[in-house]
Amino acid sequence: MQTATAMKASERGLWSGDEAVARAALDAGVALGTGYPGTPSTEILEAFGALGGKAQWAPNEKVALEVGLGAAFAGARVLVTMKHVGVNVAADPLFTAAYTGVDGALVLVSADDPGMASSQNEQDNRRYAVAAGIPMLEPSSSQEAYDFALAAFELSARFRIPVILRMTTRVCHSKSVVRRRPSALPPAPAPHFVRDVRRRVMVPAFARPAHHRLRQKLAEIQEWAESAPLNVQVSGDPKLGIITSGISYQHVREAAPGASVLKLGTVFPLPLGLVRSFAAGVDRCVVVEEGDPVFADAIRSAGIPVESKAEMFRFGELSVERVRRILARDESPEPPPAKAKPPELCEACPYHPVYGALKRMDCIVAGDIGCYTLGVMEPYQAMDTCVAMGASIGVGLGLRHVLPEAEARRVVSVIGDSTFIHSGVNGLMEMVYNPPPTGHVLLVLDNGTTAMTGQQEHPGTGRKLDHSATGLVSIEGLARAAGVEHVYVVDPVKDPAGFAKLLGERLAANDLTVIVARRPCVLAAADIRHHEKVNAEKAAQAASSACSACGGDDA
Amino acid sequence: MPEVVNVVFAGLGGQGVIKASDILADAVFRAGLDVKKAEIHGMSQRGGSVTSDVRFGPEVFSPMVPAGEADFLVVLAPSQVENNLHVLRKGGVLFPPDLVPETSLPNRRSLNVALLGALSHHLAIAEEHWRAAIAAALPERLHELNFKSFEVGRAAARARAAA
Repeated sequence: MQTATAMKASERGLWSGDEAVARAALDAGVALGTGYPGTPSTEILEAFGALGGKAQWAPNEKVALEVGLGAAFAGARVLVTMKHVGVNVAADPLFTAAYTGVDGALVLVSADDPGMASSQNEQDNRRYAVAAGIPMLEPSSSQEAYDFALAAFELSARFRIPVILRMTTRVCHSKSVVRRRPSALPPAPAPHFVRDVRRRVMVPAFARPAHHRLRQKLAEIQEWAESAPLNVQVSGDPKLGIITSGISYQHVREAAPGASVLKLGTVFPLPLGLVRSFAAGVDRCVVVEEGDPVFADAIRSAGIPVESKAEMFRFGELSVERVRRILARDESPEPPPAKAKPPELCEACPYHPVYGALKRMDCIVAGDIGCYTLGVMEPYQAMDTCVAMGASIGVGLGLRHVLPEAEARRVVSVIGDSTFIHSGVNGLMEMVYNPPPTGHVLLVLDNGTTAMTGQQEHPGTGRKLDHSATGLVSIEGLARAAGVEHVYVVDPVKDPAGFAKLLGERLAANDLTVIVARRPCVLAAADIRHHEKVNAEKAAQAASSACSACGGDDA
Repeated sequence: MPEVVNVVFAGLGGQGVIKASDILADAVFRAGLDVKKAEIHGMSQRGGSVTSDVRFGPEVFSPMVPAGEADFLVVLAPSQVENNLHVLRKGGVLFPPDLVPETSLPNRRSLNVALLGALSHHLAIAEEHWRAAIAAALPERLHELNFKSFEVGRAAARARAAA
């Protein structure tokens, strides 16, 4: 396979959009890549690391962005990756990072998932660019993922502002042909701290002028966008003009090969002058965009008359067929999606005995995000809520606070190891601080990996992104330190009856309980053993060479 | 885009659907054509239905094969034939899993590569590109086994065409 890793030396490769971004980051001189795994963004940092870049997983997206921001304050170029819902977690520092700006360069990849191939919602993160005042670029192929990622670093360095590269599932995961190009960026200077409190300490007195500076920058960037090569016109029949971006552009070119097309690469700020002249030059001007009518609303509110898609096309991905319908103003019912076998827990998954017990005890399960969400499927149907990363604990506590006692006792919060580290710890503190009268039972399903996204490491595994050994954050240790008195670590596969008995007892008590059900993911177990062996060998080697180096008494 | 060839692979998570589409995409890439490959992975990996689209020709736009426009449909699981037939164009060719009987394969895990062999009978891609793509996608210890499976599949398609 011509992966980005294999293509180190050559100039043309068949890469996914994610691999192309990783390659561009390396070519742009990125000193640090950080993020939290999330489909469809996960492969970016993995590829960046495999190519030799410094790549690391953060406990969550907020921390990743903050680490990235610190590095960018010091003058480094930084890549921060996450899925669309991850940007919600990172939104707090993001909005103010727009005010502070950066010294080196910072590009945040937001990997959106229209159609929800592997997500809990299909939010359109183009809205974030507008809301936070952060420039956003959107590629439509792997080639553009490479080119636009480079352009994003150039833009970020030039205007000293974070830039969002917005991708979608089809751009992230589709493979297409990429040619590399030399970056216009000079080599990054060595990081160095320059004190600048007015620009980086966002107390109101400094934040007020910072907001003015941001709007001034955005006005300059809009000016730049009007003639930026990232916005492309395809000349065609003046009877039909289409304004589009991202993957929709590819569908448009196929659905309407003769049309005039304005393809927007700068999603925010929009080059409204360019849009105005394009719209004026065609008889019928249609905006074809996946998700929310973000462009159509912005263009119309600028007083430019354009046609938007029907409401039915807000939902799900676009495709060549759907673009044909939009252009034909066809709002007839679409054929139902092909029957597909839904995903399920792996046959040898260690969660089977857990879900078996939860079902038998008729528990009310406040669930969370990961493989274990599949406990909602047959034969268990043992999950009652799943909203956001880490939400199982807060939602479970809320249920316990107000339900009648008999029902409250059946409530269990179920969360995975990586999700617990991501944002479950906050819920843990709430559990100790505001305990419900019936207590609570928190079940952490620790399979030793971030399984759903493809088995990434996290702080609870004690291994870094590249699987080398590092500090280990103990889940049971965190629970005890937070003040939970009843903390148990069990293997649900080795002793399913013992697990069920323990769960039953703890549900009957009025205490706070954390049960860590620990058993490696069946898909990851062999790899975990391999990493452990390699790390143990490395440690032994380091220890023995340290002995001979010191030249002590035995030498 | 009459010159663009559309291939859809279908099966269940873990069967090598994506691997097969990777090998085809790489083979046509090596042959110098424009190629795009689209798939959805993530949650669908867990034993659910998986499909992957490969499109190639002088210039490819959308990475997704529109329904009713696939020239070839390659299916790895018997349960996934019926629900994917709608992707085939009229006159399109189906490669069902039983085209290559399991007993004729050195290893049943190599059905994906065997069906690629069957597909290769219908495509003008040089043997060297297929071999290079298979070799690049799989660990060395599996090369001979998969080259053999590829040949078994190709012979099956040849026999079907002659029948």
